[in-house]
Parts: sequence; C-alpha cells; structure tokens
Amino acid sequence: MRYSAFGILKQGLTGNKGWKPVWREPEPKKSYDYIIVGGGGHGLATAHYLAKVYGGKNIAVLEKGWIGSGNIGRNTTIVRSNYGLEGNQPFYEMSLKLWEGLEQDLNYNAMMSQRGILNLAHSDGQRDAYAKRGNAMLMSGADAELLDRAAIQKMCPFLNFDNERFPIKAGLLQRRAGTARHDAVAWGYARSADLHGVDIIQNCEVTGFQMKNGKCLGVQTSKGMIKAKKTAVCVAGASSRVMEKAGMRLPIESHVLQAFVSEGLKPTIPGVITYGAGHFYVSQSDKGGLVFGGDLDGYNSYAQRGNLPVVEDVCSGGMSIMPMIGRARLLRMWGGVMDMSMDGSPFIDKTGIEGLYFNGGWCYGGFKATPASGYCYAHLLATDTSHENASQMRLDRFIRGNMIDEKGVGAQPNLH
Amino acid sequence: MIINHPLLGPRDANEFIHLGDESMIDRPDGMGEHAAKNFHEYLYLRDNPAGKYRELWYHEAGDRSWLVVTRDTVTHEIFNVELARDVARSRGRSK
Ligand SMILES: Cc1cc2nc3c(=O)[nH]c(=O)nc-3n(C[C@H](O)[C@H](O)[C@H](O)COP(=O)(O)OP(=O)(O)OC[C@H]3O[C@@H](n4cnc5c(N)ncnc54)[C@H](O)[C@@H]3O)c2cc1C
Repeated sequence: MRYSAFGILKQGLTGNKGWKPVWREPEPKKSYDYIIVGGGGHGLATAHYLAKVYGGKNIAVLEKGWIGSGNIGRNTTIVRSNYGLEGNQPFYEMSLKLWEGLEQDLNYNAMMSQRGILNLAHSDGQRDAYAKRGNAMLMSGADAELLDRAAIQKMCPFLNFDNERFPIKAGLLQRRAGTARHDAVAWGYARSADLHGVDIIQNCEVTGFQMKNGKCLGVQTSKGMIKAKKTAVCVAGASSRVMEKAGMRLPIESHVLQAFVSEGLKPTIPGVITYGAGHFYVSQSDKGGLVFGGDLDGYNSYAQRGNLPVVEDVCSGGMSIMPMIGRARLLRMWGGVMDMSMDGSPFIDKTGIEGLYFNGGWCYGGFKATPASGYCYAHLLATDTSHENASQMRLDRFIRGNMIDEKGVGAQPNLH
Repeated sequence: MIINHPLLGPRDANEFIHLGDESMIDRPDGMGEHAAKNFHEYLYLRDNPAGKYRELWYHEAGDRSWLVVTRDTVTHEIFNVELARDVARSRGRSK
C-alpha cells in the first residue's frame, strides 16, 4: 500500500479501518541467496538497497528480537557528515545525500529534519582544527561554515559565553545536518524491503554458522537451519559474540552509551549543539524533550544500562555550556551497547571465510551511517567488491597500518 | 560500581581509569618471530566476551596502582580484584 496525503484523508474519513500491517511475518524458507543477520537499521537498509538497487532476489533478514529493538531504536538520532578523514568523509556525505532523498525513496515519513549541527570551539587551537575539518567537508561536497562568536551569540543566545575557562571562540556549522525519527527509519526500510520481497523474520536468533571446507553455507538459528549462498552479519553491539561463532576475533570492544530525555519544553534549541570542552551534545525532539548524551561509561559492557557517574558527568557538561537546562527535569534515560572499534571507524568487508561478510564497528555514530552502510554493504554483497566510498573500511587495516582514527587516540576503544 | 582494592579496600570505580583486556599484561617480544602478527593481535584483536571478563584498571585518583579486575560485562558484578603486579609475577615476571 502506497502512502499518500489522499490516502490519509480517505482513512481519516472512514474510521482508519483500512490500514494493513506494514510488513509480512513469514516463516523462514529452507534456503536463501542472501541472509542478513540483524534487523537493525543497517541490516534493513542493506536488504532494501540489495533488492531495490542491486536487483538481489531471495533475501531474508533474521532478527533475534523485534525490529528496532537494538541501537536503531536507542540512539539520539543525529545525522551529519562532518568528518575529517578521507576514509570516512565521502562515505558520510554519501549517507547525508541518501538521507535527503530517503522519504521519497521509501515512501515513508522518517521525520528527517535538517535543522543543522553546531560544534562549539573553546580555544584557538580547536577553532583552527574545525577550520581544517570544515575544509575537508567542503572538499567532499558537503556544506560547512565557520561561525564567529557574534554569529553564535545571535543564533544561540542561551549558551554560556562567559565561562572563564572554556569561552566560546567559534563554531563549525553544518546546516544540512539534523535529526530523524529513529524507529521510523527502521520501519521505513523494513516496509520497503518487504515490498521488494525480502522476508523479515523476527524472533529468530542466529546461534551459529554452518561451515564446510572453510566456506559458510548458512546459519543455525532458533528456528532451525537456514542455508544461504551469502551470509551478511550486521549485529552492531553483538558483533564479537556472533563472529566468535565463526572463529573470528574482531578489533572491537562492546561498551555502553547512555542517552537522556528531559520533560517536554517549548521550542528553545534551534538544532543540534555539541560542547567542545566537555563531552555533551543536545537537540530538541519534535515533542519538546531535550535529547542529550555524552561519554561512554568507559568499561566493556553488554548491559544496555549505564551507571551514575556518567549521568553526573553528562549533566555537568550540559550545565557548563547551557546553564538554563538546570531547570528542566529528566524524564528518562537508557543505554545501548556500542560496537567500539580500535580506531573509532567501521568495517564493511568480506571475512577470510568464503560466503561470510561483516558490517560493524559503528561506535556511537552508526545512525547517520544507516543509508550509506546499507548501500555499500549491498554493493559488496552483490558485486564482491567494496563500494568506492567504503573502500578503506576493511578488517585488515590495522595490520596494514591504515587506521582511520579521526580523534588520533590510538587503539583505545573507550576514548573514541 | 565499587572496586575492592586489595590494599585500600572498597573504592568508587570513578577513581579509576579502564584500560582494557588483561591480556595486555603479556606484551609480545618485538624482536621475536612473527612479531608483527603477534603485535597486531595484542594491540587490536579482542575476545570481548559477554560474561566474565578480566580487565586492567588504573587507580588514577588514588595510589596509581594497576589492578586486574574480574567482572561480569552483563551484570557489572565484580568477582575478584588483584594487583596487576602480582598477576604478572605469578606468570614468572620479575616486576
Ligand atoms: C545512546 C545512543 C546514542 C546514539 N546516538 C547516535 C547519534 O546521535 N548519531 C548516530 O549516528 N549514531 C548514534 N548512535 C549509534 C547508532 O545507534 C548505532 O551505531 C547503529 O544503530 C548501529 O547499527 P544498527 O542500527 O544496525 O544496530 P542495531 O539496531 O543494534 O541492530 C543490530 C541488530 O542485531 C540483532 N542481533 C544481535 N545478535 C543477533 C543474533 N545472534 N541473531 C540475530 N539478530 C541478532 C539485534 O537484536 C539488533 O536488532 C547511538 C547509539 C546509542 C546506544
């Protein structure tokens, strides 16, 4: 069923009785050409592009729980392409361009809102680094503007400009960045993949791989054995646990990241704002809640919940840059398990095992990557070659000395 | 989380910095055979288990000792805390 303004009107006048389930709930077949393990944003996007752009047939997405139960439904929804390194920036700009046409492509309202992101700089060095990053963004075809203090004062008068230690010196603004509705992204991709014939199978956990002579022939699941010509793993925080079953150790640690939402307030924050001296980022949802977050808790965790010291750290960061939020009450908070890689950048690659592919290491930046990750993974699956924008996102980049380390902190996942 | 420091008793985890996998105690021989491969595994590859995990913590805001903490990554429960020095010595290292 195609959605349209006319359709909504018609349903509204007829008691909304004509809406149908958005995707089927099929039983798994015995075998597929492609099995995608993990029904998060990336897995569903991969299925969509594989079927729609690359003409893939006979595709299944296997999801352990329900669609959207992972990080795609837990993140703070920031979409941007403001990276500095060659291995990353063209990929994220491709993603932002896909975001800009996503709703038309999916015929689904993902509430993509290009309200802009402003990264604040608090020292001359940081301002210069942002100028450099802005240039890298412009070279990839993205937009970037360096704002001075007066321009920021006009845009966000509520910020703390007179902090003695961390004065606001400048800001890097990307106007095309913004936020999207996280669940709707999962649902939109799921619906489109389903319409293209993809079987989305929920409550189907992959528990192992069927291997023969170093080849992957399919997966063992809680719903039995399913054969596949190509198996594509895409399980974010569970990457190490799943790939371990194929005998692989990954350059990844799992860490918990928390997010927070305040009570609903009148519109006050124009876009996404990040504090450059502490780790704090904030936006305001369409319902009015301030959505914010900060650092990882810092230790390996699969708990999907964090601890109080980081709550204090995030909130004091917020108070330092935006003292007005001290009056707002916190409504809810939660955590998600991040696949933190050794250089802070992701992987979209073949594995050493024929027929087995891997996508992961998204750290806390994988939401914005959803469209490009799906597109490039579909490209890899369909053609067995890397998409040009993901050509550096390889599993063997560490042994080759080709890390993509935006922050330059080295092999320390909890610092990326 | 409370880390029960072998010398100082129970301390708030906030006083510590988390480095990572305990295997980092066993630095490979840079001059040995397969040094590049061994260092790649040592620096970059991790077991990353869900469950019991042995990891290095540094008591930065305290006595600056390195500890090996055995902790559950699913429940955050801490089972055992040792001085990293003792762990290294028990493996035949001099310091
Ligand atoms: C608090 C928080 C804030 C964040 N903020 C941002 C942000 O502002 N901007 C941004 O770009 N990114 C952000 N991220 C990161 C982003 O959410 C993730 O990088 C991204 O969602 C990961 O890809 P995914 O959607 O495919 O993951 P997921 O949705 O986690 O999908 C993985 C799926 O695999 C399934 N699975 C696991 N094991 C198995 C198995 N054995 N068999 C079958 N299925 C399995 C899981 O159930 C899950 O549904 C944030 C993350 C968190 C937690």
